[in-house]
Amino acid sequence: MQLDWSALGEVAAVSTGVTVGVVVVFALGVLGLARAEAAREGDGGTDPVGLGVAGLCFLACASVVAYGIHLIVPQFH
Amino acid sequence: MTTLMRALCLRFAARTPPLACIDGMDHITFLVAVVIVTALAFDFTNGFHDTANAMATSIATGALKPRTAVLISGVLNVVGAFLSTEVAKTISGGIVDDTLVTPGMIFAGLVGAILWNLATWLLGLPSSSSHALFGGLIGAVWVGAGEHGVHFDKVVEKVLLPAVASPLIAGVAALIATYLAYRITARARQKTVTKGFRLGQIASASLVSLAHGTNDAQKTMGVITLTLISAGALGHDAGPPLWVIASAGLAIGLGTYLGGWRIIRTMGKGLTDIQSPQGFAAEAASTTVILTSAHLGFALSTTQVCSGGILGAGLGRRLAEVRWGTAGRMVVAWLVTLPAAALVGGLSASVVTHGGNFGIVVIALLALAVATFIVVMSRRNPVHASNVNETHEVSVRGAAPAEVGTAA
Repeated sequence: MQLDWSALGEVAAVSTGVTVGVVVVFALGVLGLARAEAAREGDGGTDPVGLGVAGLCFLACASVVAYGIHLIVPQFH
Repeated sequence: MTTLMRALCLRFAARTPPLACIDGMDHITFLVAVVIVTALAFDFTNGFHDTANAMATSIATGALKPRTAVLISGVLNVVGAFLSTEVAKTISGGIVDDTLVTPGMIFAGLVGAILWNLATWLLGLPSSSSHALFGGLIGAVWVGAGEHGVHFDKVVEKVLLPAVASPLIAGVAALIATYLAYRITARARQKTVTKGFRLGQIASASLVSLAHGTNDAQKTMGVITLTLISAGALGHDAGPPLWVIASAGLAIGLGTYLGGWRIIRTMGKGLTDIQSPQGFAAEAASTTVILTSAHLGFALSTTQVCSGGILGAGLGRRLAEVRWGTAGRMVVAWLVTLPAAALVGGLSASVVTHGGNFGIVVIALLALAVATFIVVMSRRNPVHASNVNETHEVSVRGAAPAEVGTAA
């Protein structure tokens, strides 16, 4: 019996890295969105930086989701 | 009795396919038909037992309405079933010696898995459907073919190690991610934060459902296909016929749509009071652990990964309240799942090998009676779409259903 510790370590490292990465980027996107909405409600102005950050962050998350679908669907391989 | 004896003596991989195997229906004996029906029944319990994995946190945080959540999950499970082309080539992934497995043992193993799935559902405990299936098969093969039919080193490598490691990994990942998500959004408008993470949850929960469909429906397809091959109804290296793919996909999809509300309550409300950033972090962790391990060839339990993720997310919110009592009961269920299903599988196998067709009928009727009893018990304190989020407890008022499951 041999246990593949390096593969296990790889799963641990990749999973933790990707999870933390995606959630942090998504949280930054939500933060940007919250600022933009606060600005609109506060003085009726827009917050292009907030909106831009939100857009970029959500786009990054969407591409990770797309890669996830790519991994799940064998026809894409 | 001659057809029965022949069917019982059939061994996977030990029989060359007949030349004309297009009209497979001729080869379907009583035993094979029973195995197919039982496999689909297991697939169905697999579906409703595992709805919670993908959808419990989305339902708990209000990201999706309960009915919508199970509909999305059910549809994605069917889609996943049709997408998976790599149908399991072995029944157990090497845990038991497939050349020694007879259709009768498969039947006995499936009965063990189904009864354990129902018993844990009654208690609202998220336990692994895969472990139940492995356990049932191990018990059935041990009794039916002897101890040498079970590869215990593979059990450690493929079941025990991932069972310990994967929930830990998902838990730690979700813990860090949750902590950071709350740090980052601490000063932002909470309304936007909640809404934003709820939307994110819909995507992450859907990914879990799709991955589940490609993995779990495939197991049932593998069992049915290998049974058909052993009966000579299919060629030696045949893939699953369309009706097998369709029926397996539909069984798991319908089970998912029915929704194992008792388990959804435990995972969404029972372990910890979950908010949308936590739900998103937990699902993101579960999805990545499931995908990376599948990519690297690790077999693991979706249920355990998702539970680990939820616990981690519970701890990550400034050590928010985790109900360790519920978590403890869940871990006990994980430990007991394999041996309990093995016990039922082994008992069924001894009846089937000694009693032949009569034994199969007896076991099938007994299993049906126990299943009916469990469903009746669940009615005493039902959990459904409209009350799933009301409390965090699933109770069975003064009954001892765990003993019912193993007594069959």
